[in-house]
Amino acid sequence: MRFEMKATRDGYGEALVELGKTNPKVVVLGADLTDSTRTGWFAKEFPDRFFEIGIAEQDMLNTAAGLSLTGKIPFVSTYGVFVSGRAWDQIRTTICYANLNVKIGGAHGGVSVGPDGATHQALEEIALMRVLPNMKVIVPCDAPETYKATMKAAELKGPVYIRFGREKIAVITKKDTPFNLGKAATFREGKDVSLIACGYMVYEALKAADELEKKKISAKVINLHTIKPIDKEAIIKAAKETGAIVTCEEHQIMGGFGSAVAEVVVENCAVPMRFIGIQDRFGESGTPEELIKEFNLDSSDIIKAVEEILKRK
Amino acid sequence: MERKKRPDIKGLEKEATEIRKDIIKMLGEAGTGHPGGSLSSVEILTGLYYYKMRHDPKKPDWPDRDRFILSKGHICPALYTVMARCGYFPKEELMTLRKLGSRLQGHPHMLYLPGLETSCGSLGQGLSIANGIALGARMDKKDYRVYCLLGDGETDEGQVWEAAMTTSHYKLDNLCAVIDRNRLQIDGFTEDVMKLESVRERWVSFGWHVIEVDGHNIKEVMDAYDEAEKIKGKPTMIIAHTIKGKGVSFMEDKAEWHGVAPKGEQIELALKELNMKPSKEQLEEAEG
Repeated sequence: MRFEMKATRDGYGEALVELGKTNPKVVVLGADLTDSTRTGWFAKEFPDRFFEIGIAEQDMLNTAAGLSLTGKIPFVSTYGVFVSGRAWDQIRTTICYANLNVKIGGAHGGVSVGPDGATHQALEEIALMRVLPNMKVIVPCDAPETYKATMKAAELKGPVYIRFGREKIAVITKKDTPFNLGKAATFREGKDVSLIACGYMVYEALKAADELEKKKISAKVINLHTIKPIDKEAIIKAAKETGAIVTCEEHQIMGGFGSAVAEVVVENCAVPMRFIGIQDRFGESGTPEELIKEFNLDSSDIIKAVEEILKRK
Repeated sequence: MERKKRPDIKGLEKEATEIRKDIIKMLGEAGTGHPGGSLSSVEILTGLYYYKMRHDPKKPDWPDRDRFILSKGHICPALYTVMARCGYFPKEELMTLRKLGSRLQGHPHMLYLPGLETSCGSLGQGLSIANGIALGARMDKKDYRVYCLLGDGETDEGQVWEAAMTTSHYKLDNLCAVIDRNRLQIDGFTEDVMKLESVRERWVSFGWHVIEVDGHNIKEVMDAYDEAEKIKGKPTMIIAHTIKGKGVSFMEDKAEWHGVAPKGEQIELALKELNMKPSKEQLEEAEG
């Protein structure tokens, strides 16, 4: 099946423009990456509500904090590595501690960023953000879902982190596919194993489920776009129904998405689990396709993990 | 809105002494906290809360209030005292500082205590927040002003200079910052830890209007706030030359008193000295 291809960052950029039209409180801040974060589209239409802060992530986060204290809804955007790492203390102590209404768009998540290499491939932000009280963390699976997540973030009170990627990826949801924050979406029913994924990896999980079907293995696929607050109910249900879970993320396994799922599983209904994700190493330069293979993130790796885990059931 | 008339200087000096006594008492009761920078910043805060700032302790959420952003969060004993004495909360509550369940956290938390504009404690962040508020005020066409207090040691933080660029880039003349230039930080003299001089030239070169004052001379401090309000097209930095531990002889100019609370006899001695202050001044006045 052929999918339309679109970058999740485009969904973010389009939502900001729509928010510009519909919500006068929304303002956007940039740190010299307005084009690649797609915030330039907002800046062009609403120059009075866009603040260029220059290459100064810490200042940008706290300037946004100040704007939020005047009732604005600031969206700040730069690459995920810089915003979550370099400005982590600002996000922690100024924004999350006081539950300030700042929205953070983290671009260039995952190894699929490609040739820029390890320094620009965010592989740690899910862990860094979800550990903070009051923070909500969303990793949408495609461009339309990123659009909806961004629109939703503006409605919520308090800090939100949205991760998006650089490359064009398959559009697997439709404009009218429901997006409920904090509620997992089951994209495919199955009874032998649950593939729980976020971001681009939802597509790889769906591909894997198709292949598994040919091998008479029935895989349930869950798009767990909201990592915090996490949908415990959906995870427990999946564990009980299928008795085995494979998590799929384009992020370090340690502390990340799979760990978040495991926290729920272990405490409520321990079943065998496998984690597809980055195994404690930094990224590399290469094409996105090469890197997905190099880091064992593609559907064939998911299939292998499923076959192994089924032996442990 | 009409600004307050200048309060009587002698009265404010006496009030400053009372504030210092409260700081010593609350730190003594807590057994922990930061006296040095609290004592050095008393007149800076007094000039704002008793004179310059438009604020109403009965309406801490008043949208048109001037905003005070404390960037060096550890000197909150001074801010808490000033706020209590202005009527934001009962004075007795000062004695709960740093205790479990208190609204007066060891470093300020805005969600606990009405009247605090931010939570702070990690240095270097306040000026950026103040910039954001000043930008918001401009967007909303509001005429309230934003004040921000930084420590001199705090300006070691790179973020302060990121923020300094933003304030001047956006020509935020509705913002006035103050550096409490007490020349000391935990590890010793600022010039030994990490050279800051020339403080004035640095801020001038970043595009700020700079005023230097004796930070313990309440009239000079108030004059500086008035001058800042008249400066258009650029932000103002007031460099307030102060003495760390001001008012308590054994604490003055001693880095050791940055973050250690007085105990037992030290409390009594400090209060005795401060109690003598008005009468000593009256004596000098009589002699002079």
